[in-house]
Amino acid sequence: MTGFRIFRWSIFASALVPAAALVYWTFTGDLGANPIEFITHTTGTTALSLLVITLTITPLRRVTARNELIRLRRMLGLLAFFYACLHMLTWVVLDWFFDVASMTADVVKRPFITMGMMTFVLLVPLAATSTAGMIRRLGRRWQQLHRLIYVAAVTAVIHFWWVEKADFRQPRLWALALCVLFGFRVWWSLQTRAARTRDAFTFLKDGMLRRG
Amino acid sequence: MLIRRAPDIRYSEVTPKALYMRRREFMQAAAVAAAGAAAALSPAGSRHVHAQNGRTKLPNVRKSQFSTTEKLNSYEDITSYNNYYEFGTDKDDPERNAHRLVTRPWTIRVEGLVKTPATYDIDTLIKPYAFEERIYRLRCVEAWSMVIPWIGFPLADVIKRLEPLPSARFIQFTTLADAKQMLGIRVPVLDWPYVEGLRMDEAMHPLAILAVGLYGEVLPNQNGAPIRLVVPWKYGFKSIKSIVRIRFTDTMPRTSWPVANAREYGFYSNVNPTVDHPRWSQATERRLGEFFRRKTVMFNGYGDQVAHLYSGMDLRRYY
Ligand code: HEM
Repeated sequence: MTGFRIFRWSIFASALVPAAALVYWTFTGDLGANPIEFITHTTGTTALSLLVITLTITPLRRVTARNELIRLRRMLGLLAFFYACLHMLTWVVLDWFFDVASMTADVVKRPFITMGMMTFVLLVPLAATSTAGMIRRLGRRWQQLHRLIYVAAVTAVIHFWWVEKADFRQPRLWALALCVLFGFRVWWSLQTRAARTRDAFTFLKDGMLRRG
Repeated sequence: MLIRRAPDIRYSEVTPKALYMRRREFMQAAAVAAAGAAAALSPAGSRHVHAQNGRTKLPNVRKSQFSTTEKLNSYEDITSYNNYYEFGTDKDDPERNAHRLVTRPWTIRVEGLVKTPATYDIDTLIKPYAFEERIYRLRCVEAWSMVIPWIGFPLADVIKRLEPLPSARFIQFTTLADAKQMLGIRVPVLDWPYVEGLRMDEAMHPLAILAVGLYGEVLPNQNGAPIRLVVPWKYGFKSIKSIVRIRFTDTMPRTSWPVANAREYGFYSNVNPTVDHPRWSQATERRLGEFFRRKTVMFNGYGDQVAHLYSGMDLRRYY
């Protein structure tokens, strides 16, 4: 299992590269003409990437039949949340410097900010219930609660879409990625349902044959 | 208001370009590499070292009473952070891609309601005018701003010599749209070519200039070489770049941003802190290089000179 552990650590380390690079470039003065915008974009893009990557784990696990992949899911989800926090804090501290009135106005009046805030709010309970204790305590409800990640992924892409003024290529790509991931799940649940119907049918038939 | 600029601002301190040009690609690659999905996002391939723009000094540049004394943004900021979608939609795309633009020979077609429609060679067209330095605030609709030392001459002087007909009520400008030189044209983000326009009285205002230089030197390509408009009391996108066509009309030109999204952009697009863009407030702006936002001023601080152009107009309606 050490091979997998190295794999897991290297994913963890590379996910921290964007944050480390931001810190490094802050000290070298290399964040460009508009550092706050650059930090906002970097943390936002990384948060969304990691969120979508988190959603790929279950399909990957099914396709590859490698169950240990599940051990990446929580780590990736928490990394996504980490970048979402950085992104939100960039807005609060660097962009508005705690100007609560202006920030509140933005959340209420600017649909793209509303969507961003909604995404963040959706991610909070997921991060808060990610511990083993919580998983045990919530049981079935944990599963149900964590379906919220699908909603968060959708609102994150809408947020990105509404950020853009004219060039929608990137958000479109993310929307496509979500469609593929959701498509996989729908297909898979239909398969499961079909199998269940088939089983039920076989069961009935067997029963009738036995009786007849 | 109209104060002369302090004489001792130096142009020369330009930091050498470092690896920052690669930052965006790197960040994307890093984010994606985290899951080994690298191929999906980062368009490998077209990465070239940015060619040196011939940094030629412009001779005999006069100072202007219209210049502000505010602190200038650095040459590096002004030339590395551009909205010039013909070269790509990221702020650092123009600096990377605009070296493909060939600025000589360059002709400008003058047409429409004008005494003699003609095609002018740029050097012939600009020859009669003395160069002036105009240090202006530039306020982008995206709520950031800079202070930029343009070199140019009044648009009014050019218009007078072109002799528009009395029926001309608007002037329309068009940017070059050549997919061979401009990679961004291949992507339909806007309805190319880029078109901008002014009402004639706006165009004749002494603050409106055609710029051919920056920081005492020939205008870099990413800033709209070889010749661009600068209208400092309007949002930056009105100041159209790399002009190839000037048309005098009696109807309001269909300019690019209102065509793309009429709800968010209007023809006038005067800097106005009281009329919000639907997606962000226009009440404040970030001057690049400063940490705290500052309040945006009506007409970008040029109200004393230009407010009379709009007397009696409802600027909430004509935004
Ligand atoms: C408190 C909540 C949030 C706020 C206030 C917020 C605010 C912002 C702002 C101001 C921008 C830049 C807009 C511009 O450049 O004009 C942005 C961009 C972005 N945000 Fe958020 N955001 C929030 C939450 C999120 C979350 C949770 C995600 C992802 C999981 C996210 C993903 C993005 C992305 C992908 C971009 C675009 C980056 C780019 O253009 O390269 N945001 N957000």
